[in-house]
Amino acid sequence: MIDRRNLLRGLGLLGCSAAAHPFLTSVTFAASDGAATLGENRLVVIILRGAMDGLDVVRPVGDPLLAPYRPTLSQVESLDLDGYFGLNPALAGLHPLWQAGELAFVHATSTPYRNKRSHFDGQDLLEAGTGPDLPIDQVRDGWLNRILQAVPGLRAETAFAVGRQDMRILRGPAPVMEWAPDTSVSLSPQAQLLLEQVYHDDPLFLAAAAEAMALSEVEDMDDAMMDPAKAGKGRKDDAAERVADYAAERLRGDTRIAAFSLTGWDTHKGQGKNLGRALGRLERTILRLRHKLGAEVWGKTTVLAMTEFGRTVAENGTGGTDHGTAGAMVVAGGAIRGGKVYGQWPGLAEADLFERRDLMPTSDVRAWAAHAMRGLYGFDRTLLQDKVFPGLQMGDDPGLIL
Amino acid sequence: MTLSPSLVAFRFGYGLPLAAGAPQTAEAMLAALAGPDTMAARFPVPSYDWVHERASDIARNKMAAKTDPTLQTRLEGVHAELKEAGMAALGASVARCVAAPDMFRERLVAFWADHFTVSAGGQDDAIFPYAFVEDAIRPHVAGHFGDMLSAVVHHPAMLRYLDQTRSVGPNSRKAKRRGGGLNENLARELMELHTLGVGASYSQADVRQLAELLTGLTYDARRGYAFDPALAEPGPETVLGKTYDGKDEAPIRAFLQDLARRPETGQHLARKLAVHFVSDDPDPAMVTAMAAAWQAADGALLPMYQAMLTHPAAHAAPAAKARQPWDFLMAALRGLGVKGEDVIAWKRDRLTAVVLQPLRAMGQNWKSPPGPDGWPEALETWITPQGLAERIGWAMRWPAELVSPLPEPKAFAEAVLGDRASPALLWAVVRAENRAEGVGIVLSSPEFNRR
Repeated sequence: MIDRRNLLRGLGLLGCSAAAHPFLTSVTFAASDGAATLGENRLVVIILRGAMDGLDVVRPVGDPLLAPYRPTLSQVESLDLDGYFGLNPALAGLHPLWQAGELAFVHATSTPYRNKRSHFDGQDLLEAGTGPDLPIDQVRDGWLNRILQAVPGLRAETAFAVGRQDMRILRGPAPVMEWAPDTSVSLSPQAQLLLEQVYHDDPLFLAAAAEAMALSEVEDMDDAMMDPAKAGKGRKDDAAERVADYAAERLRGDTRIAAFSLTGWDTHKGQGKNLGRALGRLERTILRLRHKLGAEVWGKTTVLAMTEFGRTVAENGTGGTDHGTAGAMVVAGGAIRGGKVYGQWPGLAEADLFERRDLMPTSDVRAWAAHAMRGLYGFDRTLLQDKVFPGLQMGDDPGLIL
Repeated sequence: MTLSPSLVAFRFGYGLPLAAGAPQTAEAMLAALAGPDTMAARFPVPSYDWVHERASDIARNKMAAKTDPTLQTRLEGVHAELKEAGMAALGASVARCVAAPDMFRERLVAFWADHFTVSAGGQDDAIFPYAFVEDAIRPHVAGHFGDMLSAVVHHPAMLRYLDQTRSVGPNSRKAKRRGGGLNENLARELMELHTLGVGASYSQADVRQLAELLTGLTYDARRGYAFDPALAEPGPETVLGKTYDGKDEAPIRAFLQDLARRPETGQHLARKLAVHFVSDDPDPAMVTAMAAAWQAADGALLPMYQAMLTHPAAHAAPAAKARQPWDFLMAALRGLGVKGEDVIAWKRDRLTAVVLQPLRAMGQNWKSPPGPDGWPEALETWITPQGLAERIGWAMRWPAELVSPLPEPKAFAEAVLGDRASPALLWAVVRAENRAEGVGIVLSSPEFNRR
């Protein structure tokens, strides 16, 4: 009888080997040893991969220039926010949060990335990174990762959601999890023993196989406990809710910071339908977090949803928008001063646009994240400007956090 | 220069054993590439012309079919024929990989098909990416990059995949009459992914001008590929510092010729080839030599391959790359002695169970990569708990269902791994409880899954 977990533990191979896998959403968590360092506030960062069209989410309906730029987009009535901006109706479920002061937006904000408008480069600048629990060559640098290095007493770990058809986070004894429900490894004990020998000198294969076997056992237990009537078919989008559930469970415990990403924002065509779908996922994620965290923890929570860049002011020829520059950030939670569209609005006149085509950035998206972390955790300004977001000028506190 | 059989088979092919008469020197590999494409003739895949006859038939008649049951029945037959053609093309692709003596050609076809990623839409469309490879990639793998680029940019599959079919010049006749506007998708990826690389010095203005230049290229099911002057933005466009003007497609062809010859393109392609074939972090000297050979040959591809095959770094580096799921399956089938004709004779559900479904489970949903940048290269993206579990599962199950009798495990290890079989593996395989597990352990081993 071989104890595979002992094998795993004995070799200290607790890492996951999938940091850059395209089908995976990694969720990075940070907590402090002893409550002192991070206190009670929670921060959830959601990276919206693919470039969300801020102008179609928080629509400047009060500007008469908007409609001519976008003859077919924004036709469905917006929900009023502040008399000037209107909310995309796909986020109608968040409107009560706006009224309760638990939802805000930042407009005309972007990373310092300019001109090339490549998703892959743009996301790098925004990357939260993974925790240092992975083998060193798989740790992705990112702002969260840099905080972990700079602030003593913090610990972090990375979990993985599998997004083949339906993304899923699986809980179990192994600290790092990546699995799809219909995979199982059933080997004779002898074959397992032999494979462990064959993988012995190849750490990557050894770790992957050991996790596969450990997780396979968890999977069997899950199956046994699952109501057979519920097994199998779930809505595809349950994925977003499952990530939210998992993050919420951790945040109710020791975890204080969670970061993950949502995809599906690259709306070159058919934006009405496709953006609606992506916003629906974001809405469900936020509402689910709020529900699962409960009133007390939600009251100490800030959610920042940010994207690599915005999209063109003018609609393209295919009912969509192309890669642009400034966009919007979505902010939610009981710890924020909501009911407000933050940021300096640059206007839509052609001369006011970046390169006469994109919304002009008037703030650095990283500054909002830095101020949020300063407000929530009291991190030092120098730390944030030098270590976490090198080269950032934070400027004055915009008062986003209560 | 004679290369070791395992190097030829793992790094530049689909695995051991080598076929009788397989090229084993760099010169022989290049000569085979320059020679006839025997696999394409032996296991044919339809071209887009074949697809067009059927797709246009459906497009022309589907309205009338709503009130004409006989026509409706006939069109359902055409739908079924297209769907079947997608599966048949998958079978032919597998057959080529397992049967080819000249495996480097098949690997190069896969490389360029990934470089110019397109994906299928619905079931009727499953044949599209295969027809694309047949028309635009395969004929040019040993030719000039510029010819391949031009064939790709004019192919319906690419025009559709990167939204060019929807791009309309803002001042074109069509825009004036019925609206519509530019879509930058093809223009951007053409420079970012297909040629210059994202690090090169092009600007948003170049992307925009190129999008305008490309207007007119279009496709629809009814008429097929077309250059439609009514969609084209009038007037000259300036891209990468040069102005292109003229009638119909001429300025587009002129631009593509220039783009294909730029030194940044050579650098980008050389590095990408080196990363794919040799190492995730290739020797810069090898990349430089490859780009220089390409440049000196005015964009011909064989000299770039030659520079790679003859560079010491291509022989010395350790097996630090993963066989991607497709490569794993092809090498396993090849190693088990499955013949190309066997694959062609498989029923469709067998092809699905042995190849298509496992590819998806291993993380490579075939012909549906996550984006226009194709499949990732890094070792760690493929050797994951999930991915390895699926490989082990395949290795333990399928050999016994595919070949009878199963080979003796130790002999099998030596046949499919050559000098790469480690003592630990040879120790383990003879201790397996049965042949199926012994063979499974060989196919699950790091040696078999690394290249």
